[in-house]
Amino acid sequence: MIAEALFVSAVLFSIGVVGVLTRRNAIILFMCAELMLNAVNLSFVAFAKMHGVTGHVFVIMVMTIAAAEAAVGLAIIISVFRHFGTVDLAALRSLRG
Amino acid sequence: MNAFFQFQFYFFSLYAIASALLFVTRRSPVPAALWLVNTMFALSGLYVMLDAPFVGVIQVLVYAGAIMVVFVFVVMLLNLGRADTTDVRKIGARTGAGLIGLALLANLLVVLRARIREVPLADTGDNVVTPVASALFADYLVAFELTSIVLLVAIVGAVVLSKKRVRA
Repeated sequence: MIAEALFVSAVLFSIGVVGVLTRRNAIILFMCAELMLNAVNLSFVAFAKMHGVTGHVFVIMVMTIAAAEAAVGLAIIISVFRHFGTVDLAALRSLRG
Repeated sequence: MNAFFQFQFYFFSLYAIASALLFVTRRSPVPAALWLVNTMFALSGLYVMLDAPFVGVIQVLVYAGAIMVVFVFVVMLLNLGRADTTDVRKIGARTGAGLIGLALLANLLVVLRARIREVPLADTGDNVVTPVASALFADYLVAFELTSIVLLVAIVGAVVLSKKRVRA
């Protein structure tokens, strides 16, 4: 059952990576990052079935960091929206040469 | 492991993967967020089946209940609910992204081919919180306290980033 869970985790992580690479909406990009964090959490829980309860502690840490990241990232998205009037990442071209 | 348990495990796995695929392909942010919440529910089911019921509850409460609500709240705040134009990149970038995703998946699956031995854990009975708590508050106490500082910094950073500039 651990192998199946790790397989699901790998599939979810790949879906998250493809989402980050194909979308331009900043909020959806953040949600794809959350999906990748969830995939990693699933493999932590699966490995915790092998190596003991430490994996669960790491999952709680990852969730805390994800909450902090969401707070800061969404604040950045709000200020980007105030400045550019859109959250489309193609509009952010100030650094393009 | 009986057949019904196995069926449920595969059901939740397929549910998670299908929801994730629907999440990535939705154009508007609100359905995307709801499908992501679906994925998180399926994952919490998998956590419960992997002997981690406490983590499953935390997943529903914190991830689906708090973090995703903040996302939907920002979508509402910025009035992004309607997607008139697509935000998916052009076909070249999509093919490249698909190839990169397949390569990553192949890599991960090759790594996973290593034999995994399943060790039966000590049966904790109905007491699911005590093992996590004793690890969290004894072995990893310093890391736990440091996360509080991380959260404080994140709160201050979010306030500073999102407040309006006041000309003095």
